[in-house]
Amino acid sequence: MKRRDVLLASLGLLVIWQAAAMLVNRPILPAPLVVLGVFFRELGGELPVHFTASLWRVIAGMVLSVLTAVPAGLAIGGSKRLNRIFSPVIYLLYPIPKVVFVPVVLLFLGIGDLAKIVVIFLILFFQIIVLVRDQAAGLPPQLLQSLRSLGAGRRALFRFIYLPASLPAILTALRQSVGTAVAVLYIAELFATRKGLGYYIYYNGSTLLDYPAMYAGVLAMSLLGLGLYFTVDWMEKRLCPWKFVV
Amino acid sequence: MIQLHALSFGYPQSGLLFDGFNWHVQRGETWAILGSSGCGKTTFLYLLAGLQHPSSGQILINGQALTRPRPRTGLILQDYGLLPWATVRQNAQLGLKVRNFYGADGVHTPQDYSPERDVTPWLERLGIASYADKYPSQISGGQRQRAAIARTLALQPDLLLMDEPFASLDAVIREDLQSLTLELCDEQGITLVIVTHNIEEAAAMGRKILLLGTPPNKQARVFENPTAGQPRHRERGQYQVLCQVLRKELSIERA
Repeated sequence: MKRRDVLLASLGLLVIWQAAAMLVNRPILPAPLVVLGVFFRELGGELPVHFTASLWRVIAGMVLSVLTAVPAGLAIGGSKRLNRIFSPVIYLLYPIPKVVFVPVVLLFLGIGDLAKIVVIFLILFFQIIVLVRDQAAGLPPQLLQSLRSLGAGRRALFRFIYLPASLPAILTALRQSVGTAVAVLYIAELFATRKGLGYYIYYNGSTLLDYPAMYAGVLAMSLLGLGLYFTVDWMEKRLCPWKFVV
Repeated sequence: MIQLHALSFGYPQSGLLFDGFNWHVQRGETWAILGSSGCGKTTFLYLLAGLQHPSSGQILINGQALTRPRPRTGLILQDYGLLPWATVRQNAQLGLKVRNFYGADGVHTPQDYSPERDVTPWLERLGIASYADKYPSQISGGQRQRAAIARTLALQPDLLLMDEPFASLDAVIREDLQSLTLELCDEQGITLVIVTHNIEEAAAMGRKILLLGTPPNKQARVFENPTAGQPRHRERGQYQVLCQVLRKELSIERA
């Protein structure tokens, strides 16, 4: 994907937005220029506070899920016995839409940041553990045998095979679920908080009826998701160069 | 170098592959293990590598009972076992990295080992120095197999085990690598055991050939082939005759 094409696509979307705004011609859909104006004005106001609050929650959730799901996935994928015990459990829990736990988590963990971080963690944890487990379990036996024949024991196998092999799986899981994580963050931020983009969007849209400000919040949340997505892409190019050679 | 005493081994599904099997290898010999699929030749190699353990009997290497992979045995498999995420150079360094990781503990690494990382001479010797920074997906099968050989030889093994190492290569590249392997083994004083289902390969590489038949294998059937590896070996009458004999033996086994 070329940078120029991405830029052209963004321009195209802006044109469609502008056309839609002119067609609808109501306060509920302001034109892009109006929203951009408010967005840049709000950057000097409250928006950065809400943005950082949301960013912190997503990043904390991501880090927490990587730190727990990767070792768990490697352990389960690397051992037939653990796989037999835990895979049915994961199989049952994986398809449950974790967003339904938002009220429960809030009830247990209270109204602070922790509850929101845990919700994001729950979503990412299952995505990562499944991909990392499959990656570890699917490693060709020849790869393991040849390293064992070079003298490698359990620790060296982990260091030289399992860990590097799980990197692409981690990044794929993050890329696939970063959008969902931001969406669920929005839901989580509707409850019991006065910080975060979810709150900002909802408050401006439903209480103040300040639609341009609401869209500025939507824009900020989209940029948050997009930024995370780009970061994961960039990390993959840096950490997994072999996937991009021809 | 290698002694098998009354070795027995089998898998629960397939029954006994080896039953009271005896076999001896002298230091510096080059052996080809020939047999059709299902005769247990890959298992045989895994037993020699210490990756499988006999259900009864004993494997002695240099007089010591084999209980786990030994650091001076190199194993090279058909599909190379190269790490896809590492360059040719990093792959060639892998064995050394594993040794550096453990240090000279005598279990994973020979006791007299001193940390080493430079594989450039090996890459040069195997003619892949110019591909050092490529990933396995970017090079040909022959070059990948050369990288796998470099990785193993960098560990300075005294015993080299190969499982169908050249099976997926073109005839010309295969013959090149066969000669190179023999040359390197002679040069480094390495004992070679190569497993193959290919009669010509066995006759071209093995100065001694062990024929495995329909399991269970009870007695070692050995064919002498002393001129293997010499120039124009393949053009000699002896080679042709040996191939015919082996082909006949194999077809009797199959019938």
